[in-house]
Amino acid sequence: MSCGGMESKILGYVDGRLKEGERLEMEKHLSTCGVCQLRVNEFRSVHALLDELPMIEPSAAFDVRVRARVAAEPVKQSWWAWFAPSPRVVFAASMLLLGTVWIGSYSNPPQFDQDDIPVLENYDVISSFEPLTELSQAVPADDADQQSQDM
Amino acid sequence: MLDVKAGDEQSFALLLHRYRSPLVNFLYRMVRNREQAEDLAQEVFLRVYRAREDYVPSAKFTTWLFRIATNLALNSVRDNRYQRMEISLDAPVTADAEEGDEKTLDVAEKHPNIERYLVEDVQRKMIRRAIEKLPEKQRAAVLLHKYQELDYGEISKILECSESALKSLLFRAYETLRVELAPLVAQRAKQ
Repeated sequence: MSCGGMESKILGYVDGRLKEGERLEMEKHLSTCGVCQLRVNEFRSVHALLDELPMIEPSAAFDVRVRARVAAEPVKQSWWAWFAPSPRVVFAASMLLLGTVWIGSYSNPPQFDQDDIPVLENYDVISSFEPLTELSQAVPADDADQQSQDM
Repeated sequence: MLDVKAGDEQSFALLLHRYRSPLVNFLYRMVRNREQAEDLAQEVFLRVYRAREDYVPSAKFTTWLFRIATNLALNSVRDNRYQRMEISLDAPVTADAEEGDEKTLDVAEKHPNIERYLVEDVQRKMIRRAIEKLPEKQRAAVLLHKYQELDYGEISKILECSESALKSLLFRAYETLRVELAPLVAQRAKQ
């Protein structure tokens, strides 16, 4: 192993995650390379220093808040649940049907007797009808009175 | 998780109990704000709950869980960065403000060996700041590797990169930490 190959293996060596073969190869190189040995020691120190950061505890209200948010989640329904009849819809549909039947049975639609409808039996007469253009001479009013006395 | 998928509410409570602390700690170290970390952790659990019916055990549950958490944390860190830029560039930054919501302790009463406590406190602050300075993806890789002890395969799936890219990412992160923490590293080497 060369110093260039250290980059990908040094951390694994420091935290003990290298495979046995890789570890032995690493140790062989370190026994002959002071620079890489120094780097390994420094990485070990960094690794150990990171352990000095204390852990924090989640606040007492953390679980309560998570549970409250989970409880507030809407209930997920599958797509076919959309087709399942809800009691309200069934009731409304039944009432609508009943109402329709009731209105249909009691209302009287206008009845037409066929005999009452005038029938145009002679269409030609009607179609050749022309408005009157000449009227008979009007009778004067005095003549009309005399005629009535004579009668 | 398969029991949660089957509708077992008790199993969800077990998941919550088992993973809340690792999740909150991971998110706290990512975003450096306790309240925000808890909000994000709640969001992670909510997303797990929402996705329970579609869950397919193709990967380990922890991989899936931390993938959700990492994506939320990375988005939050980016949003915070833009928000901070918008608020003010002139606002003075005090040491206390940088420490976020660390509580002030009556140090003398709680720690008889005050000198040692103060030294350790300074060290912890240095370590925290060194981690904070890492680019987000490197930070996530270090936290998942060091504190969650996930293997390279899992971390590479969470960060959506190849294993060799992850090893390179981690190497660069540890190199940066080595430089940032050089005084502490040298001190430790002497011991």
